[in-house]
Amino acid sequence: MKPPHFSYHDPRTTAEAVGLLSTLENAKLLAGGQSLMPMLNMRFVLPDHVIDLNRVDGLSYISEHGDTLDIGAMTRQRDIEFSGVVKKKCPLMHEAIAHVGHRQTRNRGTLGGSLCHLDPSAELVSVAAALDAKVSVAGKNGTRSIDFANFPVAYMTPAIELDEMLTAVSFPCWPAGHGYAFVEFARRHGDFAIVSAAVLIEEDAIGKITRASLTLGGMGPAPVRARDIERALIGEKPDEKRLHEICETLRSVDAVDDIHAPASYRQQLATVLPRRALLKAHQRLVGEASA
Amino acid sequence: MSETRKISITVNNKTYDETVPVRVTLADFLRHQLGLTGTHLGCEHGVCGACTILFDGHSARSCLMLAVQADGHQLLTIEGIAPDDKTLHPLQEAFRDNHGLQCGFCTPGILTTLLELLRDNPSPTEAEVRIAISGNLCRCTGYQNIVAAALDAAGRLRAQKPAP
Repeated sequence: MKPPHFSYHDPRTTAEAVGLLSTLENAKLLAGGQSLMPMLNMRFVLPDHVIDLNRVDGLSYISEHGDTLDIGAMTRQRDIEFSGVVKKKCPLMHEAIAHVGHRQTRNRGTLGGSLCHLDPSAELVSVAAALDAKVSVAGKNGTRSIDFANFPVAYMTPAIELDEMLTAVSFPCWPAGHGYAFVEFARRHGDFAIVSAAVLIEEDAIGKITRASLTLGGMGPAPVRARDIERALIGEKPDEKRLHEICETLRSVDAVDDIHAPASYRQQLATVLPRRALLKAHQRLVGEASA
Repeated sequence: MSETRKISITVNNKTYDETVPVRVTLADFLRHQLGLTGTHLGCEHGVCGACTILFDGHSARSCLMLAVQADGHQLLTIEGIAPDDKTLHPLQEAFRDNHGLQCGFCTPGILTTLLELLRDNPSPTEAEVRIAISGNLCRCTGYQNIVAAALDAAGRLRAQKPAP
């Protein structure tokens, strides 16, 4: 349970980090270390080079541009948790982050690290999917932007080349007064969810849904946006009976069998958690409007 | 040969200039190189919380950091909690008085975790204490007396520093 031998690099700029990535063979980027370090300790990964991003300038920030929230890749989960701007502009992320690990891990863990590790039930991964985030990636030929829908290419594999690194994530936030909820089922507080549901809704003056985003985490290799349900919800008034009927169709979403739960159990959760999340989102929206 | 680096690190207000292999975790560095064996290692992959220390004032798992990453930083370990050799910290007193430990293996990580909690939230609810220690595994106590000790310590610390 000790890390293997490697060469250690601690660049000070993004350019320097990208330069190292494009010249070194078998290199791993070290962000908050809350996933890579256990993998090194257990020798699941054996890199020849570790490039530590913790001393790179300019990768830790939360900035608001109109309806968009730009967050630097090395922003600690702790800073997101305690950010007033995040709470105001993107309450879904604020709610989700409380489920991410524990105080000790959020103090170190980063947004970029979580997205690149890309655990299928990671809360921040679901939030990025729910909000149609855009991911900025730097390589030796400059930067490019990736729609989050195209970011996961396989189980725990982001659409980033070996000589590229994630530098920032742009979250288009929903207008003030929207409904939101993040609910999950995990065996223990702080564990990765077995299944999670992230919901955003808007309603018109008579309480009919006009816009919806519904993301299931933990079902398969990447979060699933339930586009059919999002469309089916338009024009609906979210009462419990109707949501029950609509969410029942989520039982057909593909799910994995693993040590934590059989597929059928995940599919059961996929009908229950979105219904609870939609109701919570609706209640918040109504509460906000009457407040 | 293992690659090494020179680092300068402040632990419990004492500065150490040391040469470390780059692959050594902060926890192993504290224990083996500095001899500060109060920081315990249970799982070595970030699950049990026994190795929790305060890194620049924030709790962190020292098994999930490299010693080189602590270069230029301030650490507080269990050895640095008590005000002096003869006096216990109120948190330690509360654990003793409430029987908040049995074998004591998880205790250093729990105390450092609670030190941060009680600094940031001097009047936590029982639920907040339980959430705070949710990343610390204890196999002896069933947590009941740990929670009681934490709430007792909160009261002692508040009495020490009356609210303005």
